[in-house]
Amino acid sequence: MIVPYGHVLFLAGILFAMGVVCAVARRNLIMMLIGVEIMLNSAGLVFVAAALRWQQLEGQVFVLFIFAIAAAEVSVGLALIIYAYRRTGSLDPETYNILRW
Amino acid sequence: MTIYAAIFYVLAGLILISTGLAITRRNLVHAIVYLIISFFGSAMLYYLFGAPLLAALEIIIYAGAIMVLFLFIIMMIRVDPSTLRPPPLRHWLPAGVLGLIYAAIAILVVTQDPGSRTILETALAEPRVFGQFLFQKYWLSVEIVSFLLLIALVGALYLGKSFAQDTRRRKEVEK
Repeated sequence: MIVPYGHVLFLAGILFAMGVVCAVARRNLIMMLIGVEIMLNSAGLVFVAAALRWQQLEGQVFVLFIFAIAAAEVSVGLALIIYAYRRTGSLDPETYNILRW
Repeated sequence: MTIYAAIFYVLAGLILISTGLAITRRNLVHAIVYLIISFFGSAMLYYLFGAPLLAALEIIIYAGAIMVLFLFIIMMIRVDPSTLRPPPLRHWLPAGVLGLIYAAIAILVVTQDPGSRTILETALAEPRVFGQFLFQKYWLSVEIVSFLLLIALVGALYLGKSFAQDTRRRKEVEK
């Protein structure tokens, strides 16, 4: 007897909205990546709760894959950020508006 | 209200507060540290929902590896505080209105669905059972994910290497 399933959905939904706000509103490449991390984490929360609700292990298996995707995304994303920062000297996405060599 | 429900609500409050603090901090290091606290709360929720292996992996991968990687990157580069300004209000208004409509519909759907009132019963997936299930039924997916991680490693290496080659070439052209 923990809580109704809907309460977990509400918690994950609020977390996901926070991630969206962080990814959209912050004008900083690192904060945008952090927003994506928060969104992935909230999705994992729903998967674990659903695995508990239907008593199926597949939900937990999927969270494992979400972890792997998050790790791959962060490593490539941070490498891209470092690359762009060395090119332009800034982390503001507004400064990446020149398509030139 | 059982003790598990009390634990859930306290953890949910902790997660929401620390995440809210994390996404509003101007100092990136502070944001990362608040986010680590939030991920610790998520790990305890995983444990509460009967996934001890995932709770350990959440701390090892998310709070450990990924957040430390962020900290390293923040220490490597100089963050200009002027880039943390919020966008103007007129850009916010349409997004806010649309987001509110979606939020209202989501609340309506979740509260009207009888399935969402299902009380979660405590259960435990032991790490041994979970691992056997994973490698017996989904071994191919594990291999594919490991391949994806290898590709990410190669991509990160390539991005670092190609920049060094670019600067070398540019210097030769300037000579």
